Amino acid sequence: MKIQVMGPGCAKCEEAAKNVKAAVAEAGIEAEVVKISDFQEIAKMGVFSTPAVAIDGEVKVVGKSPSKAEVLGWLK
Amino acid sequence: MSNKSNQPCACQGNNCGEEASKSGLAKQLFLGAIGLVIWYAIYSQLLPFSNWFTYSLVGIAEGSHLGDAIQFFVYDTPKVIMLLVLVVFLVGILRSFVTVEWTRKVLAGKRESVGNVLAALLGVVTPFCSCSAVPLFIGFMTAGVPLGVTFSFLISAPMVNEIALVLLYGLLGWKVAALYFVTGISVAVVAGWVMGRMKLENHVEDWVREIRAGEANMADQSMTWSDRFAYAAGSVKDIVGRVWKFVVLGIAVGAGIHGYVPEGYLATIMGDSSWWSVPLSVVIGIPMYTNAAGVIPVVEALLGKGAALGTVLAFMMSVIALSFPEMVILRKVLKPRLIAVFIGVVACGILLVGYLFNAII
Repeated sequence: MKIQVMGPGCAKCEEAAKNVKAAVAEAGIEAEVVKISDFQEIAKMGVFSTPAVAIDGEVKVVGKSPSKAEVLGWLK
Repeated sequence: MSNKSNQPCACQGNNCGEEASKSGLAKQLFLGAIGLVIWYAIYSQLLPFSNWFTYSLVGIAEGSHLGDAIQFFVYDTPKVIMLLVLVVFLVGILRSFVTVEWTRKVLAGKRESVGNVLAALLGVVTPFCSCSAVPLFIGFMTAGVPLGVTFSFLISAPMVNEIALVLLYGLLGWKVAALYFVTGISVAVVAGWVMGRMKLENHVEDWVREIRAGEANMADQSMTWSDRFAYAAGSVKDIVGRVWKFVVLGIAVGAGIHGYVPEGYLATIMGDSSWWSVPLSVVIGIPMYTNAAGVIPVVEALLGKGAALGTVLAFMMSVIALSFPEMVILRKVLKPRLIAVFIGVVACGILLVGYLFNAII
């Protein structure tokens, strides 16, 4: 499983990454968490507000940081 | 986000998820109602409390500088914070209905003038964090939103801020708040339109113009009312949590001005009789940045000491609308000359507002 956390690195993007990593750890799933700050890549995925999170290429949330609970919901 | 069918369910039938969320919602509404009552009870006691605290409890003489300053501080700090909590919550609910993606769709391909007005209005209600400025800019460009229309959005979003509006309303009355709203939107519309006329598209960084963006990916963002309340509560925690220090600092400065600057003193430097007071306050305001919540108490104190309304509004707008961090972020997508023009046009717009109000009020 590949999880992409998109954002230029502001506080909300860091929070998103943190919540994703915590959820992955709690769910005990093997997943690669990648931070994407390149705007061209972000735009190619059709994302126009950050932070955003995608799992295996499917964008799950746009424009806000998901809570750990929300991420856990997607991982199940 | 609201998919509850994965969890084991004790009740029968397929409305289990609904039952759970209905009782969750009922709880939220109940708590909310109680919260409102408590809020109002406390709010109405703030002024008497501040007087009692300053003059009876601590025992400072009425009419003294220190007394004035402390009473202002003790009254305004909880007042502003409480107003903030209420407003941010309500606006959070409003914002849960609007997304950048939806705004982008609305503005795509609209011609200027109509687009400028729409963009300025949408900038007020679209949840938008300035770190997201680059993706937003790219999104608007790739959707065919004219450059000037995008600028109208980028100008109104930080400046015509619901926090500013409600604080202005709470501290200075609905007329000042309405004034700020109307002039703020006007500056955004006109400045954006002017920039559109200037045909500065080649001053957008080349890499932005070469991006091929994918189809807008909205993700599944459907929200129940319960989700909306949670979202709004989250944004109160987030925004008030970030902003309260500025508020307290701003009120402290305001208290100092209120207590120690003589009545009418500011009329000499910020009054409308001196032609240079408006440009001066705009120039001072540009490099300064605090969010709206922090600057309003200062505004209140300045007005109370005789500064002219136009000058003070101009100062407030230039503090909020233009910020160094935002320029740094925009530099990624705009060439230096375009940024300079952006600052210049917005500054001129604010200047005009300042002069206009000093002239008619």
